[in-house]
This record gives sequence, structure tokens and C-alpha cells, in this order.
Amino acid sequence: MTRAFLGMPTTAPRGVGHLRGEQTFPAAARQALADPQLRRNLGHATATIRAKSAGVIAEVPDWEQLRAAGSAIKADVLARLPELLEQLEDRVSAAGGVVHWAADANEANAIVVDLVRATGNDRVIKVKSMVTQEIGLNEALEAAGIAPVETDLAELIVQLGEDRPSHILVPAIHRNRAEIREIFLRAMPGVDPGLTDEPAVLAAAARRFLRQTFLSTPVAVSGANFAVAETGTLAVVESEGNGRMCLTLPRTLITVMGVEKVVPTWRDLEVFLQLLPRASTGERMNPYTSMWTGVSPGDGPQEFHLVLLDNGRSAVLADEVGRQALHCIRCSACLNVCPVYERTGGHAYGSVYPGPIGAVLSPQLTGVADNASLPYASSLCGACYDACPVKINIPELLVHLRDQAPHPRGESAAMAAAAYAMDHPALYAAAQRATRLSRLTGRRGRGLPPPLSGWTASRDLPEPPAQTFRQWWASR
Amino acid sequence: MRIALFVTCLADTLFPEAAKATVRLLERLGHEVVFPDGQTCCGQMHVNTGYQAQAVPLVRRHVRTFDPFDVIVAPSGSCVGSVRHQHAVVARRAGDVRLASRAESVAGRTFELSELLVDVLGVTDVGAFFPHRVTYHPTCHSLRMHGVADRPVRLLREVRGLDLVELPAADQCCGFGGTFAVKNADTSTAMLADKLRHVVSTGAEVCTAGDASCLMHIGGGLSRSGSAVRTVHLAEILASTEHDTVADERGEQVVRS
Ligand code: SF4
Repeated sequence: MTRAFLGMPTTAPRGVGHLRGEQTFPAAARQALADPQLRRNLGHATATIRAKSAGVIAEVPDWEQLRAAGSAIKADVLARLPELLEQLEDRVSAAGGVVHWAADANEANAIVVDLVRATGNDRVIKVKSMVTQEIGLNEALEAAGIAPVETDLAELIVQLGEDRPSHILVPAIHRNRAEIREIFLRAMPGVDPGLTDEPAVLAAAARRFLRQTFLSTPVAVSGANFAVAETGTLAVVESEGNGRMCLTLPRTLITVMGVEKVVPTWRDLEVFLQLLPRASTGERMNPYTSMWTGVSPGDGPQEFHLVLLDNGRSAVLADEVGRQALHCIRCSACLNVCPVYERTGGHAYGSVYPGPIGAVLSPQLTGVADNASLPYASSLCGACYDACPVKINIPELLVHLRDQAPHPRGESAAMAAAAYAMDHPALYAAAQRATRLSRLTGRRGRGLPPPLSGWTASRDLPEPPAQTFRQWWASR
Repeated sequence: MRIALFVTCLADTLFPEAAKATVRLLERLGHEVVFPDGQTCCGQMHVNTGYQAQAVPLVRRHVRTFDPFDVIVAPSGSCVGSVRHQHAVVARRAGDVRLASRAESVAGRTFELSELLVDVLGVTDVGAFFPHRVTYHPTCHSLRMHGVADRPVRLLREVRGLDLVELPAADQCCGFGGTFAVKNADTSTAMLADKLRHVVSTGAEVCTAGDASCLMHIGGGLSRSGSAVRTVHLAEILASTEHDTVADERGEQVVRS
């Protein structure tokens, strides 16, 4: 066991995992916006989930109280995280599991690779997990000669397509069924060459392939939705039953979990298990909820390892405003209501965490300088805050992080000049009169230089009025 | 009632008609409007762009300017949002606790126009006349930050001659978002395109809202696309009377958009 929570909290290391994009958000978004198929897939998928979710949320008379309870429990967890994690470690160990502490992605990957190697296997089955994508575990396993097989249908599509997930819950939301058929034909071992693009046929093909893999692979890797400190119980919720297979069939189970996923008591689960399915898939209850506590002789995995991951979370925790991002239960409701996400899709965010939560979580995990464009990837419309089942004030967080972002030098100078003028009414009035000169920039601003040309590429500027309000008022 | 007008820098500079209409409307309802000297900008642009420290003097100026007044109104949900949700935060982060508490006090007396009319002055029929087909866009800050809910619609329903048509997907952001419209111009434009499509689909002659900023965005898009739909601030509709229409028949504009 390694104890790595020492010293100042650090951010997630570079060169490993998927928290940083290669392009800025505006550049990546431009490509996504130019893809009409992607826009259609996304628009359709998010509108469908939105409507379904709104319907089942409206059935719950105490939804607002549940949200408040979820938020309060998470705030309490973050306030006494070290104590809860130690309690969790005690209980898991007492129940026959082994707990490992990983300060960052590199440590976590090394721990998992060593554990798999020790079993003598060269293949693992995986339950969909954000955190293993965050740390780039699949790449680390492959580099060590171990083949990871994703068993969630959408995740499998992404893996076989050598693609990246673009939605927390529906990783292949950017693919339609014709594209999925092509991917299966190209990359799925033993696939029927007569495959059609009927959803049922595609699902049956995946099922055949996955059944064989489940039955012949003795090691599984999972994430966790929740971990109960008082009992040492881990919980995974899912829809397809692949998770249940991975969590029960293999001999060895390795679970990687972000430290913020712990909850104090079993009772707390009742809040989250009501919030999560309605906010995420729009179901009253998720089809599969698997829970396990350590190992049970003769039943299920006989070896259980829990890897507790920091990877920048302590640094997030240290920021009083920023820490609410750690409340997230990864329901993806904020993605589904976000007008920006709906148009750009998840890849534009460059991180495994897309959408509004990604815009506030990724920059905090990596340090804002490494994801400086993400806090600006929002019109601050507030739809995410209204939708979030644990009441994360994402607009407040975005503004908070913008303040920490490195600013372009020209912009800083302009903002300083503007602030100075606005604090000197005579100068301010002179600047107002100067807007009339903007007629010189061409008809309705079409001759403006960058970055203001970003506005005038698609929108006219108003004609400056003959008189400002304060001139009119003075002349009354 | 004596009401202080917080004009907002945008309305003052580019959309004075919305501000003049606010004055005309409140005076017609029998109230005294004052325009406190020395007001400039609430600092929202600085805060939302990531320059909170530079917003501190602007917050201080705003608080000093408006503290003497019991009731303050702005024809903008977004700027009222800045006063209510950002000023105290900015002051506290700068370590000025006294300013923060004064900012909170001013925020408690500051109202968006439709809130002032319905909640404080208790009117929904303001005696307006506006014989046009109109659709209403609930701007994000009005809708979500303040929950002004159906107040603007209740006010519009009482306007004589006005044919109010519902805007499809009304709660979707128009894509303005201040610096967002410039820093993420492509995404902003994609959002605007959908908003314009919905506005045009209503067959309305006029699209109204409680924020000059969002109207500037929607209006800029309508103008660029050659649409005949005009954008008119809610205050201008509520300030219009039969008298203005007579002017219209003589060939002058009813309201300047
Ligand atoms: S931030 Fe809230 S809405 Fe978004 S994924 Fe997390 S819990 Fe869900």
C-alpha cells in the first residue's frame, strides 16, 4: 500500500490521460460546427433525453428537496474527506479488499498494471468508467501488453472505432447506426459479414462478442459511482447488465475511484439513487445497481482491489468556490441542456469531461492555464445550474475560473482602459460620443478588425443613436 | 414613488430609446424618476471576462451612486443580475467587507423593470397601446437568475392592440453571453441561427425582450439576414400609447428599434 497524500496538493500531470485537448475550445468547436451530421445526431439525442428526463423529474414532488439534500451531503463529504476515506479503507480492508492510494494518473496506472500482471492475464474486461479514461488507463494497459475490452455498448463502439467518447453517458452520441455498422464490420472480431444497421441486429452482434469475452476473461476493471464509508460498500449503476457481468464473473476485480465519490452512510445512497437515474437517463430507476463489500468466499470475485485516485482533486478541494465541482455525480444533465454542448458536441472540450461540468472540472484538475479556453465555453445562460441534481452553480464557477485564466495582453490593456474610463464619468461620456465614430468602421461595423470581427461576421452592429441617454436627460 | 434609474451603459450609449421609454412609462404612471449622476457601468463585462479586480472601483462607484435611493430600476435583467449576484462577491474577494454589505443592501433595492411594475408598483395594465404582432424572448438572466417568470408576458397581455404570439423553444439562449459572442463567435452564431429561425417562424413583426444586449444580438442577426422583423425593448412597448400611433399614421416611426 502506498500513502501518497503528502505535501501541497498538485494538479493532474501532463503527458498522461485525457484532461487536456490539443486545440482551444473555439478552434475545436469550429470543426464540430462544420459537421452537419454531428449537429443532427446531437440535437436529436439531447432533445430526446431532455424531454424524457423532464417528464420523470416532474413526477417527483420533493425533487427540489432531494437536490438540496444531495448538495448538502456532498458538501459534508468534502468538509471531512480524509476522515471518510480512512473509514472507507478500514471497512474495505476488513471485508477482505485491498486499498491502494494513487496521487495521480501515473501512480494509478502503475498500480493497476502491476495488479493485472500479478494475475498472469493479458486481457481485462472493463465497465464504463470516466475515471479510467481520465487517467488513460487503456493506453497504459496496452503499453504493458494487456488488452482492455470495453463492455458498455457505446463505449465498445468508441473503442472499436478508435474514437473518443463525446458524452458522459452516451459516449457514442455522435455516431448514428449506419456508422456503427461500419465500425463493427471493420473492427469486431468474428462479426457476421451480413450485419445490417437495425438496432436489434447491432445489439445482438455486440452481445455475442461480449458474452464470449465475459466468459473467458478472469480480470475486470471498473469505476464506482459511490462508496459507502460506514460499510465499505462500492456501488455501480448501469443500464445494460454488462457491468453486473464484469463485477460478478471474474476472479479479480480492480476498481478505480476518484476520492470524492465516497458518501458517509448507506442511508445517503437513497438520495443519490433517486437523483441520478431521473437526471441522467430519464429513468425512474436505473436497470442495474450492483453493490459489493470486499469479497465473499465462493461468490463473485475472490480478489478485490480499490484504487483511490487524487489526480488534482486535492487542489480542487483547496479552492472554496471551485470545490463544488467535486459534488458531480456524472449524470450528464448539464450536457443535455447546454446550448453550447448541443452544437459543438463533446470532443470540442478536449477532455473526457465535456459540457458545462467539463468546462469547470477539467481546468481545475489540470490548473486553469492548461485549459484556459474552457471557462469561456459558455454563454452563462444558467441552464446547467437549473438542471444539476446536486445544485452545482456552474455559471458562478465559470466566472470564478475566468478570473484565474491567463488573459491575452491586448485584451488586458483594453479592459484596464475601459475600467479606468468607466470610473471617470467625463472620460466615459467622451468615449460614448466616440461610438459615433464607429460609423467610420463601415456600414454597421462590418469593417471592424479582429477580435470584434467575430461579432460582425454574422451580426450587424446597431447604428449609434444621435444622442446618448444622458445627453437627452441633460437637455430635458 | 421616487425611483432611481440605473440606465446601464449599453442602453445609455446605444439604446437610449429603451431608457427614455422607461422614464416616460414610470412618469406616466405617476412616479418621479431621477437619474443619479456619476453612474457608468456595473462592471459585469469585467467580471464575466475574468477581470474581477478591475471591477472593484466600478462596484464601489455603483454602490456610492445608488445607495441614497430606496428603489432602483434598470431596463435590463442581465445588469440587475450583476448587481444582485456579482457585486457583493467581487467586493468580498477584494477584502472589502463593508462594500460587500452595502452592495447587498443596494441589490435588495434594485429591480428589473417587469419586477418593479408587477411586484413593487402592483400594475400589469400600464395603459399601453401597441397594435402589432409581437413575440417575446425571455432572456436567460431574467428567466433563470431572477425568475421574472411570466411577469413580462402578463404586462404584454394587457397592452391594447398587441397580438402576442408564443416563441418556440423560447427558453433557449440566443447565444449572446457578452464576451462569448466574440470569443466563441462560431458557436454563438449557431445558437443565434436557431433563435432567428424560431423568431421568424412566429410571423411576428416585432421581437421583444427585457435586455438590450440580447436584443442587440438578435437584432444584429435579423438585420444581417435581411429580415423585416424589428427588435423593440419591452419598455418601449409598455411606454407606447395611442398618441404614438397617430404619429405612425402620419408616416413616422412608432418606436425606434
Ligand atoms: S455537474 Fe451536475 S448536472 Fe452536470 S454531470 Fe455533474 S451532477 Fe450532473
